[in-house]
Amino acid sequence: MTFGTSAIHIHHLNAAYRSVRALQDVSLLIQPGRLTGIVGPNGAGKSTLLKAMLGLLPNAVGSICYDDRPLQQQLERVAYVPQRSQVDFDYPATVWDVVLMGRTRKTGWFRSFSAASRRAAQAALERVGLWDLRDRPIGQLSGGQQQRAFLARSIAQEADIFCFDEPFVGVDRRNEAILFELFGELARDGKVVLVVNHDLGESIAHFDDLILLNRQLVAAGDRAMVLNDLNLQRAYGGQVRFFQEAA
Amino acid sequence: MDSVLQSLAEPLHYAFFQRSLLAALIVGVLCACTGSYLLVQRMALLGDAIGHSLLVGLAIAFAMGGSLFVGALVSGLVSAAAIDFIRARSPLKEDAAMGIVLSAFFALGIVLITLVQKDNKIDLNHFLFGNLLAVTGGDLWDTGLAALLVLGAIALCYKELHFYTFDRLGAQAAGLPVRWLDWGLTTAIAITIVASMKAVGVVLVLALLITPPATAYLLVPRLHQMMGLGALLGCFSSLTGLYLSYFFNLPSGPAIVLVASGLFVLALLFSPRQGLLIASGRSSVADASEGDRPAS
Repeated sequence: MTFGTSAIHIHHLNAAYRSVRALQDVSLLIQPGRLTGIVGPNGAGKSTLLKAMLGLLPNAVGSICYDDRPLQQQLERVAYVPQRSQVDFDYPATVWDVVLMGRTRKTGWFRSFSAASRRAAQAALERVGLWDLRDRPIGQLSGGQQQRAFLARSIAQEADIFCFDEPFVGVDRRNEAILFELFGELARDGKVVLVVNHDLGESIAHFDDLILLNRQLVAAGDRAMVLNDLNLQRAYGGQVRFFQEAA
Repeated sequence: MDSVLQSLAEPLHYAFFQRSLLAALIVGVLCACTGSYLLVQRMALLGDAIGHSLLVGLAIAFAMGGSLFVGALVSGLVSAAAIDFIRARSPLKEDAAMGIVLSAFFALGIVLITLVQKDNKIDLNHFLFGNLLAVTGGDLWDTGLAALLVLGAIALCYKELHFYTFDRLGAQAAGLPVRWLDWGLTTAIAITIVASMKAVGVVLVLALLITPPATAYLLVPRLHQMMGLGALLGCFSSLTGLYLSYFFNLPSGPAIVLVASGLFVLALLFSPRQGLLIASGRSSVADASEGDRPAS
């Protein structure tokens, strides 16, 4: 199921924070048209994988290709929503301002937003159900509404690759269901949709594919194939066993 | 009433007062616009650090007979680079880096000025506290040109700066050149401080950079509104401060800053959105954003 669009190919990706190695020799394929979750224990390098793919880390090496070209040379096709802790919600911007930011690259330098950009922003806001709240300061929305506003920003961007880092933190059940529904729609449109998720609870069933990490790649592919006892043991309990065996 | 208007119009007959007034208005607008970025970036101290470091460049430029404007600008940028270097290459955080660089450059500047002063008398007070009423035609020209440059650049790159200052990672992931924007913004701030130096001095320029946008922040919800209202408040402070300075023989820089600070206190107490005295029956921004967020 590729919908004629291409996958992301990652080869031998390594990443480090200062001297601490965060990702070790990760190679995998990310399919378009499938909702892909990145899961693993705390400190497994889930967010690091996203950031390293997009060139947001200075100390990352490896090859990341999309459409047979390095992904980092076509970042205008990427929409990335960082963890909520990375965003200053006291910033003086309305929901409308935030969604229009998604049109920045499409508009180009030294130009103001076109009528088409405004229409795209409006359509995106209507799609996530926040059109009525467009004039609210972003800080006055609930956590779930804020995530939907950021989702609207990435939809307005008309990207091919969507990356969300922990979008469900601080989000209630209802908003989580809305977000999963919209992520699924994007995937069915043939987009690459990557979601970092630290929760292995029932919400995991929403994903088509999973990437299971523990600094190294444990498993990647169809959810049912990835979620077996051996893989989970290697991701969540493996290190303890390893040291016991070595001793 | 007529007599009030008459006495307000009276100083306008003097060319020096016209120059001061124009310089004060330009500085008011310019500082509010670049200062808004300092505020939303939580980098207020960077303005302070750059301001204090200008002394080094001024002393060197003075000794070598070069342009004071260029000398000050270069040393402002060097200090920003030093802060960036310490922050990136050591475990120290930005605030410590700024504190170190600020004091080191300021000390070096005072030493250099003292050395230079052996031959020529320089009034350090003018540098520290400014003197609007002594602004020359040439100064006005420099300030106007600097303001045109900075405000033009902000207008042209507004949407990129908006995205990048709100969500740096998201902007970087979308392919915006965030390192260039970092330096663009730092340069704009350095130019703003150098251009305002003559009017209010480097110690008080921070007040014009931060206070009017902070006042506006309490009153309006969007960045461009904050800049616009901040510029109005900056102009009003400059204008009022200048008249106070003229009529009561006060130093112009501090008079302007006191007016701006007074406006801030009023907004802090009475802002309809976040005023401390209007607090009852109003849910604070922090409360609302807590919403459905569980402890994470």
